Amino acid sequence: MLIALGSPAQAQLRVEVTGVGSNQLPIAIATFQREGQPPQDVDSIVRADLQRSGVFRLVDAGAAPMPETAAVNLPEWKTRGADALVVGSVARLADGRYDVRFRLYDTVKAQQIDALSYVSAASDLRLNAHRIADRIYEKLTGVRGVFATRIAYVVQSGKAAWELQIADADGANAQTALKSREPIMSPAWAPDGVRLAYVSFEKGKPIVYVHTLTTGDRREVAAFRGSNSAPAWTPDGKGLAVALTRDGPTQIYAINLDGGAPKRLTNSNAIDTEPVFAADGSAIYFTSDRGGGPQIYRMDTSGGNVQRVTFSGDYNVSPRISPDGRTLAYVSRRNGRFQVQTLDLASGQELALTDTASDESPSFAPNGRLLLYATEVNGRGVLASASTDARVRARLSGPSGDVREPTWGPFYK
Amino acid sequence: MKTTFLHRPFLYRLIASAAAAALIAGCASTPLDETAAPVADKSKTAAPAPTGPDPRAVARVEPTPSQTIDPLSDPNSPLSRRSVFFEFDRFEIQTQFQSAVEAHGKFLAGNKGRRMVIEGNADERGSREYNLALGQKRADAVKSRLVLLGAGDAQIESVSFGEERPRGTGHDETAWAENRRADIVYK
Repeated sequence: MLIALGSPAQAQLRVEVTGVGSNQLPIAIATFQREGQPPQDVDSIVRADLQRSGVFRLVDAGAAPMPETAAVNLPEWKTRGADALVVGSVARLADGRYDVRFRLYDTVKAQQIDALSYVSAASDLRLNAHRIADRIYEKLTGVRGVFATRIAYVVQSGKAAWELQIADADGANAQTALKSREPIMSPAWAPDGVRLAYVSFEKGKPIVYVHTLTTGDRREVAAFRGSNSAPAWTPDGKGLAVALTRDGPTQIYAINLDGGAPKRLTNSNAIDTEPVFAADGSAIYFTSDRGGGPQIYRMDTSGGNVQRVTFSGDYNVSPRISPDGRTLAYVSRRNGRFQVQTLDLASGQELALTDTASDESPSFAPNGRLLLYATEVNGRGVLASASTDARVRARLSGPSGDVREPTWGPFYK
Repeated sequence: MKTTFLHRPFLYRLIASAAAAALIAGCASTPLDETAAPVADKSKTAAPAPTGPDPRAVARVEPTPSQTIDPLSDPNSPLSRRSVFFEFDRFEIQTQFQSAVEAHGKFLAGNKGRRMVIEGNADERGSREYNLALGQKRADAVKSRLVLLGAGDAQIESVSFGEERPRGTGHDETAWAENRRADIVYK
């Protein structure tokens, strides 16, 4: 089932709900009262965020605006099928800023469970809409929301035009951090949410850079003989694991951003690449073809105790580990199709999250409930998100061009 | 001075066309009555047989490769084959490309001053980072074969573009096969 949300702000958001939505929480989000022509459709952004999470089912609240001051008949909303109700307003203040207010009600218990006001410049209205969605999500699920976080990805906009872009988690509000005539690859967020590591071919070969988004400062952190790629941040943000060919085959090394020689972590004659740290710093997951075809392995962060992790299928790549360390997401070739899968590391249970054929680069949301990935539609790369229970998928329409390699940034303090 | 110089090609053209006109006149102005002379009369005078080269002869020649021509620019040389193609997720050099690789190896062995870059590539399917490493492995496979054939390690640099620089821009097996490739680029 494809639902195209009708509001102008999110007209192109396509949310695909698969399977029964019986576990979804029915919520009504009223049209917010508007004063002073706010530049963003706040309640539509909130609706789209909550729907894309897969946790909620939207109940029609009608077109009539309902400010946070409105008297509400909660039993009546319960009868209309909504377990929760959101009302609110957006008003322009005398100094040009906007005040966004909302109230969240539990119609089952017939009580208010949240009420807040955000005052900001017009340019932050969208961010505040995401913050409201985060509050609602957390109040109703007990899990922190991720709508006010950001994503990074690479867009190829021409034969010789690559851009590294940063956008809101819904793909809107895209900004370009780097534009190059040579390929850009493998962006990875530092835990601080301010720096990105990535691979750039601007000097004719792959070199790893660290780029501070707030200042635009960038520097080479791995520019050794041969190719330098696949950066992954240590959980403390002080170093990276990278894939280098300085000693021959593509192998994984640890580098410290303060300097010093790289320390080799893998020792095979095969391809060892795509390292990623478990959030608690206990392990590195990586891709290796040491067994004949690419599979995912795990090792200690010092390089010892290597164990194979994936066994189904003959092509498993791009490991990502969930924030709680329990679930591995990766791309698996099944019947010639490349699809995002998850593996429950304790039980060995696999779950296919998509039904497309050219998926790449899965990336967990910082709360572990959603995965962002790249897929292909009509020969062009697009971004999509999937709930980790495989029930809801949504295509992000904000970025244009041939989009690839999304990576979901961390929570902001 | 300047003007004379500028007009010189025009002068040459004038002289050249005047000479050509004279030549044509020399042949075409034979009086008609002279040709009317009987053939028998001509043989009686026992004119000496013409000696020297026949001015109307046209010797047919075919160009022979000069000693200085670079064998790398000879389209008939196996050295003109600069791409090696691979199977999906493989990096072994297939039989049909071995003669070309051998020719490049021998050429490098005999021309120690020549240098090349081998650029490995991969098709778009699967992981970009794995494909970068796979392209490297393909370039390295060609390099190690060339070294075995006598090329010096320092003559060859192997690099990878992974799936980032596709030659075939489609999304089907034809394009994929074209992109699973290592290119030999002489410097």
